[in-house]
Formats: sequence, C-alpha cells, structure tokens
Amino acid sequence: MRPRLALEAVTKRYGSFAANDSVSLTVAPGEIHAVLGENGAGKSTLMKIIYGAIRADAGEIFWEGREVSIASPSAARDLGIGMVYQHFSLFETVSVVDNIALVNKDRFDRVRLAARITQLSERYGLPVDPHRLVHHLSVGERQRVEILRCLLQSPKLLILDEPTSVLTPPAVARLFEVLRALAAEGCSILYISHKLEEIRQLCDTATILRGGKVVGSVRPAQVSIAELAGLMVGSAIAPVTRPRAVQGAPRLSVSNLSVQPADPFGTALQDVALAVHAGEVVGIAGVSGNGQAELLNALSGERITAADRIRLDGVSVGHLGAGVRRQRGLAYVPEERLGRGAVPGMSLAENALLTGHRGGLVRRGFIGTGPIEAFAHRIIQRFGVKCSGTNAVAASLSGGNLQKFIVGREYSLAPSVLIVSQPTWGVDVAAAAFLRQSLIDLSRQGAAVLVISEELEELLEICDRIAVLFRGRLSQALPREAISIDQLGVLMTGRDLQPSAA
Amino acid sequence: MNRLYLERRAVPSRLMGVGAPVLALAAMILCAIPMLRLEGLEPLATLRVFFLQPLSTGNGISEWLLKANPLILIGLGLAVGYRANVWNIGAEGMYTVGAICAGWVALRFADGTHHWLLPAMMLAGVLGGMAWAAIPAFLKTRLNTSEILVSLMLTYVAQLLLAWLVNGPMQDPGGLNYPQTALFSESATFSPLVAGMRLNASIFITLGVVVLTWLLLDRSFLGFQLKVSGQAPAAARYAGFAQARLIWISLLISGATAGLAGMFEAAGPLGQLSPVISPGYGFAAIIVAFIGRLRPVGVVFGGLLLSLLYLGGEAAQMTLNVPAALSRCFQGLLLFCLLAADVLVDYRVRVMP
Amino acid sequence: MSLLLPLLNGTLVAATPLIFAAIGELIVERSGVMNLGIEGMMLIGAATAFGVALGGHPAFVAVIVAMLAATLAASLFAILALGFAVNQYAAGLALTILGSGISAVIGRRFGASSVTSIPKVLFGLDPLVYMALALAALVWWFLNRTRAGLVLRAVGEAPHSARAIGYPVIRIRYLAIVFGGAMAGLAGAYLSLVYTPLWVDDMSAGRGWIAQALVVFATWRPGRVVLGAWLFGGVTVAQLFAQTFGLHVPTQFMSALPYVATILVLVAISRNPQTLRLNTPLSLAQPFRPDR
Repeated sequence: MRPRLALEAVTKRYGSFAANDSVSLTVAPGEIHAVLGENGAGKSTLMKIIYGAIRADAGEIFWEGREVSIASPSAARDLGIGMVYQHFSLFETVSVVDNIALVNKDRFDRVRLAARITQLSERYGLPVDPHRLVHHLSVGERQRVEILRCLLQSPKLLILDEPTSVLTPPAVARLFEVLRALAAEGCSILYISHKLEEIRQLCDTATILRGGKVVGSVRPAQVSIAELAGLMVGSAIAPVTRPRAVQGAPRLSVSNLSVQPADPFGTALQDVALAVHAGEVVGIAGVSGNGQAELLNALSGERITAADRIRLDGVSVGHLGAGVRRQRGLAYVPEERLGRGAVPGMSLAENALLTGHRGGLVRRGFIGTGPIEAFAHRIIQRFGVKCSGTNAVAASLSGGNLQKFIVGREYSLAPSVLIVSQPTWGVDVAAAAFLRQSLIDLSRQGAAVLVISEELEELLEICDRIAVLFRGRLSQALPREAISIDQLGVLMTGRDLQPSAA
Repeated sequence: MNRLYLERRAVPSRLMGVGAPVLALAAMILCAIPMLRLEGLEPLATLRVFFLQPLSTGNGISEWLLKANPLILIGLGLAVGYRANVWNIGAEGMYTVGAICAGWVALRFADGTHHWLLPAMMLAGVLGGMAWAAIPAFLKTRLNTSEILVSLMLTYVAQLLLAWLVNGPMQDPGGLNYPQTALFSESATFSPLVAGMRLNASIFITLGVVVLTWLLLDRSFLGFQLKVSGQAPAAARYAGFAQARLIWISLLISGATAGLAGMFEAAGPLGQLSPVISPGYGFAAIIVAFIGRLRPVGVVFGGLLLSLLYLGGEAAQMTLNVPAALSRCFQGLLLFCLLAADVLVDYRVRVMP
Repeated sequence: MSLLLPLLNGTLVAATPLIFAAIGELIVERSGVMNLGIEGMMLIGAATAFGVALGGHPAFVAVIVAMLAATLAASLFAILALGFAVNQYAAGLALTILGSGISAVIGRRFGASSVTSIPKVLFGLDPLVYMALALAALVWWFLNRTRAGLVLRAVGEAPHSARAIGYPVIRIRYLAIVFGGAMAGLAGAYLSLVYTPLWVDDMSAGRGWIAQALVVFATWRPGRVVLGAWLFGGVTVAQLFAQTFGLHVPTQFMSALPYVATILVLVAISRNPQTLRLNTPLSLAQPFRPDR
C-alpha cells in the first residue's frame, strides 16, 4: 500500500545549526504515528515544513506516492493536511465560525458554515457553540475548535503538536477516542509529543528525533518506557534526588485569598489558603486558566490585596508591592521569560540587576558596574548558562539557557521564599533536570519553594506536597506519598474537592 | 533572486551605533538631490547654502550654537522620556508655556535692576513646562489616556493661549497695538557672550543639563528603571518598579527642559513674547533625540545638525527664494533615513540561500 | 430657526475631511499599524490638489492626483514600518514633518490665488460629503460581512497566528497603509478645494491628529467615527456662530475648543481600561518580525 506521506532526507539549517538533519519517515493511511523527542530535537521545525510554514533546504516530500513541494499552509490544506497547533492559532475577539471561515475556501456564508460545524462536532463528540467568541472558551474547548477547523477540510493527514499539555487526564482520554475514530476512517495522524506513556497508549509507530536526526523508528507497544526515554535522550540523565523534607516554620502563608481578575477573561480566586514551610517544595497542579495568573500576581505583589491575606515569615505583606516583597526575601520566576523575567534587549549583567538590586549593587542611587558584572558572572558559572558573556543580550540565549539564568538569578539572591511558574516549559531535558534539582536543593537549604506547573510528572518528581487549582479554588495540599496521578486528574476536573486548609 | 532578511545580533553593534547617524545623513543628502531637482532647484548649490554657508562667518557660528541650544535642551528631556516609552510629542507646548511663565515674571518685575530676576525666570520656565507636562502625566497614569494625542492637542492650546495673552493681558501698552509684549528689561535678558553676536551664557547651563542627563541615564538606578519600563513594561512590573511614578518623572523632566528652553529663547534672542516664538523647536527636538540615539552626547550632535538645517533654511530663503520650510523636508527625510539605518545596530543583513 | 440649516451644513462639511482621514486610519490600525503621519499626508494631498486645480484641471483630476501623492508618501512610511520594522511612532512623525515641509515648498507658488470649488449638488452640499458617509458604510460592510475584512481583523489581532495559517501579513498591512494614505490625501484635497479654497500654510491645523483621536474615540468602529466627526464638525463650526449669539469670548478660546474637546473625548473613552483592551487591535503599533 502506498504511504500517505513519505519524507526523504529532509534537512533544514539555521546558520550552522541543523534543526532537521536528513530526516526520513513514512506514514501509512490510517496510521497514528508519533514523532518523539525532547525539547529542541527538531519536532516543531519538521511539522512546520510538512505544513508549509517554512521550506526545507534539502530532501523530498512524497504525498500519496507523488513528489510535492508544499509552498504554503494553504497549499498543505489543499493537499489534505491539517495542523492543530500547540499554542493555538485562534483569534480571540472573533467567533468560532469566523475562526473556521478564515481557513475555509468556500464562499463566505456564516449560516451554512455554522450548520456544518455543529454537524461535525456532534459526529465526533467535540461539542462547541459556533457563535461564541473564542475568548470565552476554555482551553479544552479551544482545542476542540482547532481540531474541528481541520476536520472541516476532510483531512487525510492530521498533525497534532503536543495536544495534551493543556488537558486534564479525562480530557486526554476523550481526545484519544476522537483520534482513534479518525484513524479508523483512514485519516493518518502525526502525533508530536514527549509524553512516553501517552504514546504507548495511542500510537502505532514512533519515530524518535534527537538533535535534529532520526535515531530510531519503533512500535511503541513493543518497547518499554525506559527504552523510549533512552532513545530520546541518548545518555542517561541522573534522576532527581529528593531527600526527605524536614518541615520548618511556615515561610509563606496564604489565607482567605479571594481576588477578582483584572483581565475580563480571567478567573476569580475564591478563598485560597496555603502554607509553604521552610525546607519543603509545594506544587500547585492545574491546567492554565484556572486562576494561576491571578494567584501568581497576588503572591508576587503585582496585585495588591488585603494585608493579612499573604504573610512572609509571619509578617503581613498583602498590601505591599512587588519591590518591597523582594526586599523581604521573596523571589519569583515567571512563566514568561523574555519580556517579563528578563528584558530581551538588555545584557545579562543588566538583567541581573533587574531583581538583584539588593545587596550592594546599587549605592545611593547609583549603579555599581563592577559588582553587577561579578554577580552576573557568578550566576552564569554556577548554573552553566551557555552564552557569549555577561554582555550578551538576553534575546540571544536559547530558551533553556535563559531560564537557567533567570532561575539562577533568583536562586542566587538567597531568598526565603521562591515561587516558580512552569519551570521547565520548553527547556531541554538536561537543563530541566538541573533546574528541578536546584529547586529541591534550595528548599533543603531552608527556603520555602512553591512550584506551579502543568506537568504532573514534574510535580510528582520534585514536590513534597501537591495541591490542585481548579476554577479559582485550591484544594488541600496532600503529601506526595499519599497521591497518585489519577487522583490528581480527578481533582483537576473539580470533583472531590475538599475545602482548603493550610 | 536572493532574498535578504534581518538576523538579530547577539550584541548590538557599537560601530553602527556611531555610524548609523552618519550613514543616515549621507542617505538623506542622496535622496534630497532628486527631490530638489524636481522642485527646480540646483541640488549642489542648494546643499552648499544649507550646510556650508551658515558656518562661514563668526556670527554664523554664534547663531548655529544659539539655535542648537534649545534643540539640545528639549532633546535631552525627550530622550529620557522616549527611553521610558513615554511619547511626549507636545514639547512645543511645554516650551511655549515655559516662555509665558518666564515672560510674566520678567514683566512683573520690569522696573529696576534685580540680580535674582534671571534665575527666577528660569525657575518660572521650568515650573511652567512641568505644569503643562503634568496634564498628560495625570491623564495617562490615572485615566489611561494616550500621552501622544493629549500632549499634541495641548500644543495647539498653548499656542492659542500665547496668542490671546500677547493680544490682551500681556500686550505692550505703549506698543501701538501690535500683538507682542513690552521688551524685557536688562536684568531680564541674557547678555551676549561676545558683543555683536547673540550667543549667551545659557548654553553653559545646557551643557550642565547634558552631564546631568548622562548621569541619570547611564549611571543611576532611576535611569535603569526608566529604561526597563520603556523596553519591557511587564518586566518593570515584575521587578516592582512603580510605573506611574516613572511616567510622571519622564513627563516632568521633558516638561522642565522644554520650559527652560522656552525661557532661554524668550530671555535671549527674542527679548519679548509674540505669537510666534519658535520655528518648531519642540518638533525638531524629537528628531534631535532620535538622531542622538536617545543618548546625551548624541543629542548634542543631533542638536548641532538640526540647528544647521534651520540656519540653512533661513539662508535658502534669503538667497534662493525658497521657503524656510524646506528645512522641514530635510528634517523629515533625515529621520526616515535614520530609522532605516538604525536597524543595522541590532540586526545584520543576511542573504537567504 | 434660520441658523439651524447653515449650522447643520457647516457641521457636515467640517466633518467630511475628518471622516475620510479617520476611516482611512481605522483600516490601518485594524491591521495592527499606527500611522501618526496623517497630518503630513493630508497636507501633501491639500497642496497637490490645489496645485493641480490651479493649473486649470477639473476638480476630480485634482482629487485623484492628491490621493496618489499621499499614497506615495504612505508607501514611504510602509517601507520603514513593515520592511524595516522600525518604531512606528517615529516613522509616522517623520512622515508628518516631511509632509508639512513638502506642502509648504509646493505651496510657495500659490500666493493668494483661489480655485473654483467643487459644485454643490444636494441640499447645498458637494458630492464628497455624501461620499464620505457612503465610505463609512462601505467600510462597515467590509469589516463585518466579508472574509477580507475578517482577515484584516485577524491580522491586527494576532499577526503571527495569521501568518501561521498562511496569510501574507506584510502585504495585507501594506494595502491597508496605502488605503489610509489615499483617504488622507482625499481629506486634504477636500480641505484645499472645498473647505477653504485658498492656500494657507499648514491648513490642516491639526485635523490629522483629531482624526487619529477619533479612531480611538470610535473604538475602531466606522459608525462611531461618523458620529465623532459630526461632534467635532459641530464644535469647529460653533466658533463661527459664537459672535452671532452675542457671546463675547476671545477668538482664541473658541479656536481652542476642538483641541480641548479632543482631550476630553479621549479621556472619556480611555477611562475604563477594560473597554479599551477589548476593542483595541491587539498588535497595534508593535513591529512584526516574522520567523523564517
């Protein structure tokens, strides 16, 4: 049988760096094919080439046996290729119908299109209201719209880029049902992910990419997770060690925190309570959009609340701004790096000053260039940040290295409380392991560490206690030993929620 | 055909940092030549009148520095604001109000000799400019209104205010009903540094402001906060830098320097107030700030360059019978070329294989 | 009320150049670009139209040439804002300064000559008044009922997503800028041919900036642009009628009314950050650098 899609020796270079190096793979009709690799392995680049967003430098692409050149996304759509993006490409101020109309070539007729959408959504079990504006939709609903957008073109190949990173475990199961139904009808599926367990559950074949090259092609069901991980990473990464936590005094206490969102489409926090003690790492699980942003803003001081709602080392700080809280020993690593955690156009030395201005870097209003350089240099050394020096512009660093710098900066301030949001999102495996270990080490030195993350595996690896944030309510923080991934999944859908207690 | 694209540099190019304005000037001259031809003007002769003729006499040099004075002063204040992403377009209005306040003080104490009069006028100029800048500052920080349009609208209001004052309350009673104030007394005017030329001591004060601006932007923590707030407002909030305070400081500084410049002009070459007290210094200073790449030393060079363009315009009006507004064409062209050349500081041109 | 008709007439005429310029800029800003050079383009349009009309050509030729000239100027802005992705505020200001200089240089020949105005057709108003209203309606239809309008709005909200789907963001923005230029040129031509058929230096007197404010006030909606333009037209005309009502207000105060009104109107619409955030094209004035 002719393969639906065949790539032969596809290569894409950026300067001297080969994002894809002579990649070959084949996808049969009706096959669910995983493309597996760690962050930075070249998966997204490869998908962009298949979808026509960028051009390969070398190699051939065959579609149903014929050689083709995919010049643009609309050309890809004409062939029958659909793409569901990791970070959705939907337009928020526009309705579902209009979003789908943007990729549809038929005559612009909203009524007819809305009817077709409803029909398809019922057929595949992806309920959605065509006339709602996208910014009112939850993350799960938005993904349904992305998928429906593709399905309306009757695709022969559907590409999904990390689709489950924003889904709760039950939603993942529903997605898999839809995908299996599509495959049974003959649609091929390219499934990009780094989640080994899911790939074993869902996919027929898996191609593993490492450093831009194909290092293996296997049937996931016949291979163990450890083997897959080994192929993905290449060498053994030392697992994170988590010595037993000795809980000290509570360093960060939150009680009765209720906050109305500043953003009209945000989530209100309701009666959140939490305590993080010296010597422990507490994690908050939950899919983005459940109040994480509001909680982080309230904790960091970018949003002021009543004084006694938030206490640092026993002192009420809820009414104090971010600058003052930092002086009291709070450190924070936000999930947006460029533009928030670091200023893209400024050097690493200047970025070190961004939050490091305590401790002798500023004297009587004037900046001390020497001490700043030394501080930045220490961060770079200690955290192994690959860069051209302290004068390198933050925007020139890779995602992983920038995150190492930012975490390193906050770590080096010897904070009493460190809050981190999505610590290893987009970071390569080696750096991710290093960062996770650093967080544990910091807590064992006496700090209180709070981690907010969408990756359940990460939280289970590094946290001593885990709570779940759902629709603005925080569950009790349960000890790691007493909780499983399935239980977390249940909590993430809002069921079995207990009233919060510190 | 090869396609060109821009690739970000790891470290901004220092060579281009200095070279971009020079490149821009050269590009501007190249673009100006066909435009001049189109208007029936001989390019080389016009350019000579513009750039070389004004500097050919001692008096010419004095005028050059005299006109550069307000341009540099206003440009410094604007540069601080632009670094903080606060877009004050209304420096012309703050200049006007500064001149009005200084003029009021001058006329109030017109009798007798007072050594404190000039400093008092300077204070009045600064406060007047700051008061006019406080309006967009308040509206932006409290009511979320764009400072671009507010400051600009206030420019027109300030000019109308001046017109009303010199036609009415501040009009010279013995002046045959011309719309102008009485001439300021001797203690209310700057005396020339050299007899016969108009350049006065206010230029040294401007140099002092240059040094202060450098200290602020390059060496102080407040300057760092302004720069962060300008480049990445989310990072400024993250770091705990109070944005409202920074916006106020930016606008007040640019209002202060513009107001002071207004006083320098009123108490210097003008010697009185009339409906037109500026050939558009407030707007030209915007270009000065950009040519100077928002740095104090650069602003000095930018001010000297634009001052030359102004003088060139006046010379062209006398010699070639072309409106002085021709210099505005050069100013606009120069800013265009500078913006294009500036890209090469942060990016390099690459060819797509 | 023998005054009502001339007042209404005056308001509509005063509103017309504002409608043209503001509608043009509305399209530009919906695509995510802010062009502060409206004033400069209007002046170029005014000078060009006056010059062509003075040369004996019919009015509609003068208008078309004016629109072409302003479009050329807008292209210069587009090259910088789109091609080089420079700071859009600075590029727009450069255009305004250049435009004001060019118009003054062109205008030096005009002296005190006047041109024959465009003849009036219906209710004592020239055809351009009606064209302006038709244009607003057309743009409303374009934005809300066509796919092209939808694409434009998408580009303005999230250019990277639009590009990911495959839309040529740069080309779409260029077309929007060119349209904005043509409209500003048309507005300028109206000023010099109809509004004041004499040449005065800097005759737009800040109308380009008022048009800019109108776009914000109208929260980027064509219908509201017309309402706002009528409001400003009325305020502008009010000063002419002040004396008739026996008001002894200094002329400068009346002249300042439009500018003060602009500030008040901006404050009113900007007060609630939610309203502004919901309606502003999300990517407005941010340079767009596509990844390869």
